[in-house]
Formats: sequence, C-alpha cells, structure tokens
Amino acid sequence: MRHVISLLLENEAGALSRVSGLFSARGYNIESLTVAPTEDPSMSRMTIVTSGSDDVVEQITKQLNKLIEVVKVVDLSEAAHIERELMLIKVRAVGKDREEMKRMVDIFRGRIIDVTDSSYVVELTGSLDKLDSFISAIDRELILETVRTGVSGIGRGDRILKV
Amino acid sequence: MVLTGAEIVVRCLQEEKVEYLFGYPGGAVLFIYDELFKQEQVRHVLVRHEQAAVHAADGYARSTDKVGVALVTSGPGATNAVTGIATAYMDSIPMVIISGQVPTAAIGLDAFQEVDTVGITRPCVKHNILVKDIRDIAPAIKKAFYIAKTGRPGPVLVDIPKDITAQRAEFSYPQEVSLRSYNPVVKGHSGQIRKAAQLLLEAKRPMIYTGGGVILSDAAKQVTKLARQLGFPVTNTLMGLGGYPASDKQFVGMLGMHGTYEANMAMHYCDVLLAVGARFDDRVIGDPKHFQAEPRKIVHIDIDPSSISKRVKVDVPIVGDVKEVLEELSRLIEAGEKPNPENTAAWWKQIGEWRDKKCMEYKNSAEVIKPQFVVQKLWEVTGGDAFVCSDVGQHQMWAAQYYHFDEPRRWINSGGLGTMGFGLPAAMGVQLAHPDKPVAVITGEGSIQMCIQELSTCKQFRLPIKVLSLNNRYLGMVRQWQQFFHGNRYSESYMDSLPDFAKLAEAYGHIGIQVTKPSDVEPVLREVYTKHKNDLVFLDFQVDPTENVYPMVQGGKGLTEMILGSEDL
Repeated sequence: MRHVISLLLENEAGALSRVSGLFSARGYNIESLTVAPTEDPSMSRMTIVTSGSDDVVEQITKQLNKLIEVVKVVDLSEAAHIERELMLIKVRAVGKDREEMKRMVDIFRGRIIDVTDSSYVVELTGSLDKLDSFISAIDRELILETVRTGVSGIGRGDRILKV
Repeated sequence: MVLTGAEIVVRCLQEEKVEYLFGYPGGAVLFIYDELFKQEQVRHVLVRHEQAAVHAADGYARSTDKVGVALVTSGPGATNAVTGIATAYMDSIPMVIISGQVPTAAIGLDAFQEVDTVGITRPCVKHNILVKDIRDIAPAIKKAFYIAKTGRPGPVLVDIPKDITAQRAEFSYPQEVSLRSYNPVVKGHSGQIRKAAQLLLEAKRPMIYTGGGVILSDAAKQVTKLARQLGFPVTNTLMGLGGYPASDKQFVGMLGMHGTYEANMAMHYCDVLLAVGARFDDRVIGDPKHFQAEPRKIVHIDIDPSSISKRVKVDVPIVGDVKEVLEELSRLIEAGEKPNPENTAAWWKQIGEWRDKKCMEYKNSAEVIKPQFVVQKLWEVTGGDAFVCSDVGQHQMWAAQYYHFDEPRRWINSGGLGTMGFGLPAAMGVQLAHPDKPVAVITGEGSIQMCIQELSTCKQFRLPIKVLSLNNRYLGMVRQWQQFFHGNRYSESYMDSLPDFAKLAEAYGHIGIQVTKPSDVEPVLREVYTKHKNDLVFLDFQVDPTENVYPMVQGGKGLTEMILGSEDL
C-alpha cells in the first residue's frame, strides 16, 4: 500500500544520505522524496512516498526514528492529509496547439510562466493524480520537458508535525 | 584554554577516562600521535592491522561496561577498520572510532590516502560525524561517547581532517549532551509491564529467552531473579550466554541453529514466551513462518523499538532498558500472588523428557582429539572462570556449547557479523581490561590466520592469552555444510600448506605446543594454566577433521526439525 511519510530532521550534511541509504540498504521502495529547510533553518522537512505492507511500513518508520538526526516521523497517510506536487512542463505551442494548450492549462488551473513563439512553460500544482491527468490530457508529442518536485504532504486540521 | 586540535582530541579522551586506545599511526593522525606521546593517562596499544585495533577495542568493551576506543588513519586505515566497525555494529557494542582524514581543502580531490570514511561507514555505525571546524571537535567526541553507550549501544565514528588537528582554538569539554533528535526510552510502559506479568503468571508452558541485550544492559542478575521467582525455564542466545547461569537447573541451554534439543523444543512449544534483549534472528528461530505456526503469546522487552515485531509479531511489546523493565516486572510479581509451581509441572516434565535425549553427548575417542573434548577440558581446568574469546565457525559453536558460562561478559564472540579473525585481537582488549584473569581464545586454523599478526602485539604488551586452535585442516563449518547440503563436494574448504603453528608462535616469541593425543589434552591445559600462566601459549590441537556440530537446524527450517547426529543425515 502507498504511504506518505513525513519527517523532521536536523539540517546537517549527510542527513539526506542517511535516509536514502537506509531505504536502499533495507530494500524499501522510494516513489518520491522531497526535502527542504523549514521555518527553523536548523531543521529540514522531508516527505517520502513509499509503498509496502503494514509490517514493512512500520519497520520503515521505526528505522527512520532510529537515525540520530531524525527528530520526528509521522505516517501522514494514516489520517486525513493533503498532498501537493509542483510540476513545470515545457510544451510545444505553435499554430492551433497554442490556443488549445492555453485552454487546457486553464481547465487544470495551471499557469503559463514562460512564453516563446514556439513554447510555453506551464506551472501546475496539485495531487499526483491531477498532474498525471494533465500529462495524459495533452498530446504526448507536444511535451518537450517535464520536471516534478515529488509529493509534499501535510496533515489536515489539528495534526501538526513540529518540535 | 587555547589548544591545538590534536591536543583537544587527546584531552577529550582523557575527560572520558579512556584507559586504552587501540590504534595504528599514519599521515593524517600524526598530530594526534604527537600529543599521545606527550602524556601518559591514555595508554596507546599499537596493533599490527587496523582491523585488530577495532576488534581489540570491541573485546575491551564487551568484557567491561565501558566504551572501546580505536584510532586509525585516513584511507586504508579507515577501510581496514570497517570490518571491525561492522562487527561491533551487528552486536551493538559501544565504541568510538576516531579516524584521520585528509586536510579539509583536499577533501573531494582524490588526495593521497583519501577515502569517504563517513560515507563508507554510514551503514555500519550507529552514527558518524565529519568534523569540519576545530570548535566542533570536543562536542563531536562528547556526542560520540554519549550516543555509543546510551540506548541500543553501537559504534560511533568521528572523522577528523588533518589540518584541523593542527589549528588552535579555545577548549572546554562539554559537561552534558542534549539532542532533540535522540532520547532513548529507558523506563518501560507500566501498563504493558502489568500485562506481561499477568500473562506470565497464567502460563502453563512458559519460556524465558534472553539475548545480547541482557549482557549489554548488565541485567543478568535481574534475569536470574525473575526466572527464580517464576520458576520458568531459561534459554540464552549465542550473544546472551552468561545472561543466566549455565549450571543452573532452570537453564535449558543455548537455542537456535546449534542449540540444544530441549531449548529449541521448549521455544517452539511454549505458550508464553518472554523475550528479553533478543531479536528472533534467523539463526535463532529458523523459519519465522514455521515458528509462528505454533500459537503462543509473546512478551518482548527491548530498548530498540525496531527490534520488536521485526521478524515475529509480538503480543506485548515493552520498549525500555531491559534491566529497568525486569526490575519492575520482578517487583510486580513479588507484590502479587505467588506463582503456582503446579501450573508448570507438566511442562517441566516434558522438558525433562526432551533433556533425556542428551543431545550434547558426543562419542569421545582415545585415538583422535575430539574438539568438544578440548573445550570441555578447558572449562574444567579453568573452573569456568576464563574469559573465552572465539573466532567464527565450528569451534565457535563448540565453545558456546561446552564452555558453560555462569557469568555475563565472559563469552566474547562475533555473533551477528560472524567475523573470522575476531578472537585473538578481541582477547587483547579483554586481557588488558582484566590483567589477572585467564583469557582463552578458541579458534581454528582458518580463523586464526586472519589476524595472526597480532601475536606480535601480544608480545609487545606481554599479554598472557592462551590460544586454543582446534586444527582440523578444514574450514570446518563450510565443510560441514558442503557435506550436508552440497553432496560432499568440499570446494575450497580444505586447508593445505598450513604453517607449523607451534613454531610460528615461537617465532613471535611465545610458547607453541602441538597436541595430537587425547590423553595429552588435560595435562597440557593444566600446565598452561600453571607453569605458563604468565606467557602466551599457542596450543595447536590436531583434532578430528570430520567432526560435525550437532544438533543443527538447517537454514530455512523450523526449530523442531533438528538434525541431532550423523544418524539423522
């Protein structure tokens, strides 16, 4: 089953490789991993999307907690939460495709953030599914380049991950 | 006080009351060695290979409750140390390893003797730290000692670039460490402990199974007290030997791949299992599916939450220091109703029947020395009082089976990683920590050659270790598996062109004796522990080359599917 694990860790050199090394050493899956500092610059927040049986995911959270630099671990997918991912996608935009692409971006509530006479860069935020749907909705041939951040997650309401 | 980085390193070790530092000098640690030269508090032990420095520090730590410390140089110094570090990591041994690194400005430029030590050791340390600023040396070392010995212990490596050891900075040793990300749980959850007590008191077929965690937490007394209160049978894992007195009538022997029939059967058929500081690993329970097919309630006490429900689902997990939890459990049981021995009478009867199989009996011989016989005689001659360090293979299992440990920290072996070459260097650390105690290495002609250079270190530091090599001219455990599972094809397991070990020991300045006759075993051992008490003696026992270790649970099989002897093959 798919799980979204969120963790706070010390913003120190090597902390990221400790986490990624743990996943490879123990044979856990990583679908995506994102990390950046929080409002407290000494701490980073990481979101890992992984999959595995309940037993495996329990081990993953325990093993993550064991890392000295990991401050807190929570499995967001255990309860109500929000997932968002940012995608920048560069598409060919000439002739009739230009109008069509603009309409599609509007439908998906994306934004065009770079324009040349032959291409757009589209910025799109949403759940993983939404970004996937956009990619399948447009003509494959028109895609020049795609870059996605991977999922970031946060708990709904009172669920707060903080020290 | 303004000091150089090297002075700070040495001062930190002094502050941590480090008695012995096991190491080997080299370019990146020259400033540190220069400071070591100028002081006497921390005594440096010069090994002959960095692997041995780490094993010696490891043996020191295992036989005491202190942190073992090793110092190695950058590059090959660090890579040679890796086997030692991984050995300590697998067995959760508290250690601090200080490694030199190339100067900060040279890092990443493929400098001479440069290796990414922090990267290489990351998967086999509890934690590691690359110090990039002289002001971080003291906090890093303080943190390293703290992390190494608290929680589930383990090795911590501190990598220090050479230029930093030459710089100068203000020194003050931190009094305390506080880490927001690391706060090991010590006290167990009292509700869970109450539940555990309830289960134990209701048990009809109880079993207490204890592992290395009991040794590490110095909880042997607590295990013994609880076991006596309850009157339950006790088994130890390979790492847990000495956690309960082997000579006690409630002890059913070691369990697992080469455990006793009664221990394995009782482990399998118990209705309530109390697991203490043990982790249900593959060498202990065999196939987890087979094990879990038999219904039972499991209480598991461990300081490491990730050890709980890792291979086997447990019913009452208790995270905490086993010593503290056992004490609370004992108090609860003492305060409540007395356990009724009638509850377990039938179970003890059953265990008695299993014991009657006498699975540890072996056929002795008047012609050829049986390896089990050597260990048995060592136990008798030393009165069970020796520190026994072993290498890895058949001899390790015979040592575990036939030397009966009544006390913790007497049995020193590489259980998790299974590192051949561990025994002799580990014994150096043990002997230094216990200068007046008998220390024996039980090894084989294969293992001993992996770190035999340390006979030289033993000479330099006058360590009166007794090396008992059970020489069967085979990599015995490999040969045994080849016999059982690979159609007697002894691929590369025969040891040809062996040295004359007695002469080799003499060349190193020790006493070497070859023993070929069973009738000589005991007299030689007696002589070694009296006349040669203060010498290192290398005993090359020419043992039966075809002897196998029994009982045996084949890899992937269940605990009840034991091979008890050659007739079961």
